[in-house]
Amino acid sequence: MVEVAVFAVAAAACLVGAIGVVLSRNPVHAALMLVMTLFGIAVLFVAQQAHFIAAVQVIVYAGAIVVLFLFVIMLLGVDRAAELSMGALPAQRWTAAAFGLGGAAVLIWLVAAVDRLFKGAKSLALETAGLTDAGAGSDPTDYVADVSALARSLFSDYVYAFELTSLLLIVAVIGTVILARRSGYGGSQHNGNASEAAKAETSSEAGQ
Amino acid sequence: MTGDPLFADGVDWGDIAVMGVKVVVAFAALLVATMFMIWFERKLISDMQHRIGPNVAGPWGLLQAFADGVKFFFKEDLRPANADPLVFRLAPYISAVTAFVAFAIVPVGGVFAAEPGRQGTVTLFGKETILQVADPPVGILLLLAMSSVAVYGVMLAGWSSGSKYPLIGSVRASAQAISYEAALGMSVVAVVIVAGSLSTQSIVASQAGGVNTWLLLTTGIVPFLVFLISATAELNRPPFDLVEAEQELVGGFHTEYSSIRFALFFLAEFMNVITMSAIMVTLFFGGPAGPVFFGWTWLWPTVWFLAKVVAFLFMFVWFRATLPRLRYDQLMSLGWKVLIPVMLFWLMFLGLVQLAGVQGWNRIWVFIAAAIGFALGWALLAAALRAAKRNSVDDDVEALPTHTAGRS
Repeated sequence: MVEVAVFAVAAAACLVGAIGVVLSRNPVHAALMLVMTLFGIAVLFVAQQAHFIAAVQVIVYAGAIVVLFLFVIMLLGVDRAAELSMGALPAQRWTAAAFGLGGAAVLIWLVAAVDRLFKGAKSLALETAGLTDAGAGSDPTDYVADVSALARSLFSDYVYAFELTSLLLIVAVIGTVILARRSGYGGSQHNGNASEAAKAETSSEAGQ
Repeated sequence: MTGDPLFADGVDWGDIAVMGVKVVVAFAALLVATMFMIWFERKLISDMQHRIGPNVAGPWGLLQAFADGVKFFFKEDLRPANADPLVFRLAPYISAVTAFVAFAIVPVGGVFAAEPGRQGTVTLFGKETILQVADPPVGILLLLAMSSVAVYGVMLAGWSSGSKYPLIGSVRASAQAISYEAALGMSVVAVVIVAGSLSTQSIVASQAGGVNTWLLLTTGIVPFLVFLISATAELNRPPFDLVEAEQELVGGFHTEYSSIRFALFFLAEFMNVITMSAIMVTLFFGGPAGPVFFGWTWLWPTVWFLAKVVAFLFMFVWFRATLPRLRYDQLMSLGWKVLIPVMLFWLMFLGLVQLAGVQGWNRIWVFIAAAIGFALGWALLAAALRAAKRNSVDDDVEALPTHTAGRS
């Protein structure tokens, strides 16, 4: 009963936020709607006993990434009356509709496939973290075991993926710094802004 | 073992009542403490500057904060014509709510013992419970989550005011908060590595064996210093108060706010100072740990906790009275070029020491290896900084000859 209520409220927040992101005419309002969606997802994670993922969701996505979106919106000054009057590309609507329908079809197929796969299994998170046989299921409030299980699978089974991701982020940071420096020689004002944005971006990646 | 023993045997109405009492008491205590803090800061800073300070309302001016609060309630609530109505109203609530929620994870009392078992519990109305509002499984991460959400309050307040000084103030504030959050988070990680738990309850329990088990010493002081500096920056307290530098930005992000909305920002700011002091006591100074003498044994830990928090509050006021404000580039280079590299090294060092303890390696070799690693990393960083400095001087000479005249 409580779970259904929590799910209903969180899912409603997610959906309202997601629709709001698309429909808001003001970029800042759209970013705030995105925050609402992220919070809804965090609540859903908590409802699944994935407390750590929920905290990381709030700290990294709501706390760093969307703050950066807002930061860029403020620095570029596109906040009031967004300039979207540029005409649509030829056949853009039809292409967008086709891709949207294709995406929806893939999503429905994925949900059905995952549903079939994990029917009867306890939970996806427990399965991947290898907790089912670790004996940690004896006490659901003993959370330390969960965090260390997550760390163990991240640094043993998935260590290559983990290291490649961090390499990717470093490449992105260095690329940003180089681009910011190269474009900055023309005007002094722009240089300052760009390097500041690059700095802020580095921090979000450090947060991850 | 984390979690509140209150809910160990199912939930009944008595549990809910105890929980409600705890929430209301924490809320009221924080409000009263904020009013005390405002009086404390004004009185102390006037003592340090050889002034009298507030002395009219009540004995020693104690009711001054109360009088200010009443005045705020009855002032007219102004909203600039350019402001974004919805966001302008939303921003103060984000600031105030996050300030309240972050305090929920602080254990404010209870007797902790070095041996394992139920820790820091008291009995309220025949129910065994812990003296903190909540002990969530993510524990100390809630603080980081709340401090990163609190950025929205400041940022949106500045943006939605539709005025240039608040906007500059809020851009400064968000850049500063994001920069120092990394260092703050890493010093929390150092505590978590050594204490072995995210829960504040377990972190306090791991420091119950006397002063030499306090995490201040077992993490090697450096994380505490980094935490202290970054917490001061996160709080926008002097010497890091560029966000509301009066000489440049009028009042910073809350320039356009008045009446009760301004009071909410003010409240959130002072409440955050109290929360950060309490978190520092919890993470590094044993929380409510201290000798228990006589009489009510359950009261002494709370007394010790309050004494430690007041010591930190005194220190924050002392900072404000003593230290001049940093320049913006100094602020950024302190955060990015000093605190984060130092903390990264210290994290690896602590991890190595922990590993050495598990594997039974010789401590001396570990320290030698760490020293060599530190020297190499420091040399690399110094070389990179020197190169960056050389390049940036070239840039300045090309692009802004007048601006840099005074800098070198």
